[in-house]
Amino acid sequence: MAKKNDYVRIHRAILAAEERTGKLPEDTKSVPLEMWVKGWLQDDSADLGDTVTVKTVVGRLETGVLMEENPCYALNYGEYVPEILEIDRQLRSVLFEGEEA
Amino acid sequence: MDRSYNAVTGRKSQIIRDAIGVDYSKYEKEGIAFDYEAMMNDTGYTLEDHIRIQREYNVGNTPVFELHNLTALARKCAKPGKGARIFVKDEASNPAGSFKERRAAASVYHAKKMGYKGVVAATSGNYGAAVASQAAMQGLKCIIVQECYDSKGMGQPEIVEKARKCEALGAEVLQLTVGPELFYETLLMLEDTGYFNASLYSAFGVSGVETLGWELGHQFLERYGRHPDVVVCANAGGGNLTGTARGLKKAGCPAQVVAASVDLTGLSMASDQQFNRKSFTTAHTGFGVPYATDPDHSDVPRSAARPLRYMDRYVTVRQGEVFYITEALATLEGMEKGPAGNTSLAAAFALAQELDQDQIIVAQETEYTGAGKHIQPQLAFARKNGIELKFGDPAQEIPGQNIIFPEKPSLIKARDMDLDRLRRSLIKHQVKNCTAPLTDGEVAYLMEETRGSEAFVRKTLEELGL
Repeated sequence: MAKKNDYVRIHRAILAAEERTGKLPEDTKSVPLEMWVKGWLQDDSADLGDTVTVKTVVGRLETGVLMEENPCYALNYGEYVPEILEIDRQLRSVLFEGEEA
Repeated sequence: MDRSYNAVTGRKSQIIRDAIGVDYSKYEKEGIAFDYEAMMNDTGYTLEDHIRIQREYNVGNTPVFELHNLTALARKCAKPGKGARIFVKDEASNPAGSFKERRAAASVYHAKKMGYKGVVAATSGNYGAAVASQAAMQGLKCIIVQECYDSKGMGQPEIVEKARKCEALGAEVLQLTVGPELFYETLLMLEDTGYFNASLYSAFGVSGVETLGWELGHQFLERYGRHPDVVVCANAGGGNLTGTARGLKKAGCPAQVVAASVDLTGLSMASDQQFNRKSFTTAHTGFGVPYATDPDHSDVPRSAARPLRYMDRYVTVRQGEVFYITEALATLEGMEKGPAGNTSLAAAFALAQELDQDQIIVAQETEYTGAGKHIQPQLAFARKNGIELKFGDPAQEIPGQNIIFPEKPSLIKARDMDLDRLRRSLIKHQVKNCTAPLTDGEVAYLMEETRGSEAFVRKTLEELGL
């Protein structure tokens, strides 16, 4: 459960599928335009899935469904890609060991 | 106030006018024509002003590095006597890690001078970080609106990283799913907050890039006593090439200006399902071609980015080639940089082989790298999304299906686009609402827009029934 002033991430649909503009590919037109944003919870308390209001870092109020408390960055360097080391081997071999360019 | 899509887009002209403080109607001339130079010269900032502002806020004056090993590699691939010296301008050393800060500095400076409390920018790329960085430095609030996820909520690693960086620099980030209605949300933000529209396409932004070309002109003269022969600019929205070419001219540098884009032919940029099947989110033909041939479909009435006025050639490279060159820059030159920023370097590597060994070719940018925005996670992400990674001839690469690394470096090619076809396409876009024959003034305007002869413009108009 999140408490007032906890930092959270919310989600909201900006346009429903039927409100989307005419010039889109069908796959895009058939889904809503969605938005995620972070801010400090303004409600006294809330559970994931509740509709809440947050104050963003610039001081705006946004409403949406509570998705995540204490949101973190899950970025990384991904799984091992063996081709990258093969590129390294090839480049050094062409430049320094006479492999055909 | 009605916040529906139709109502908000209906208020677009007024919102944009309030959020930029420029009345674009004063540049309009007869019919389709407008006075581009008047718009560019009317910002209130000269090149010297941009240099002063950028120095004050730690932007620009980036180093130029000679890439000795890449040059040696290009010479191994080239015919005897060929293989120009390859240089790169290390724009990654700007505070937020890309040349885009040149574009952001004057916009944020101007916003502050005009009394705006914050800035808004619609961008998924380095420009967001650049605006956030400058807003942090100059004490304004900042909102970045980015297209980040597909409808399954899967984010492009490069864009997710950009959101992190923008937030690290104090910005609020709105992350949207795929679709051009991002501009609707941006208009709402501008209207709600009264912030400045730090558009990528305003004259403030594009003229800020002139310092890059100006620096190139001076750096080579000072260090090598001569100008570079060719400057390669990655091309997406066109502002990078436009600003750089204008700066080169102002520095008296006669270098040939070549545009380079990653070839993403066949992928729709507005498609939800294809969004995560591309490994480049900028510097690609999906932006490069439409913005070159129809510059005014941006978020300002008249775009300052008009690359067909300045490019001498337009070449494409493949995703596999740019990733390969990114790795070459790391393993042969000891410089780890972001892949998209190496688009111009991949083209320069191929183009160097057309030039003599005493000539100089410059890739005019690099960009920062980090988790998500790096060859390793971007390729891992591609593979996870069903894209085949393999070695072979990159000419066979099919965007959205595979990424083909060259099985030997000599297979890296810069493939020329037909510039006359792009010029004809620009004319077609510009005259789409015309019914009567064009006036001499309008024809003269199209000659400037395309760098085409009168005969070329008139023949194209005739083919279009005008």
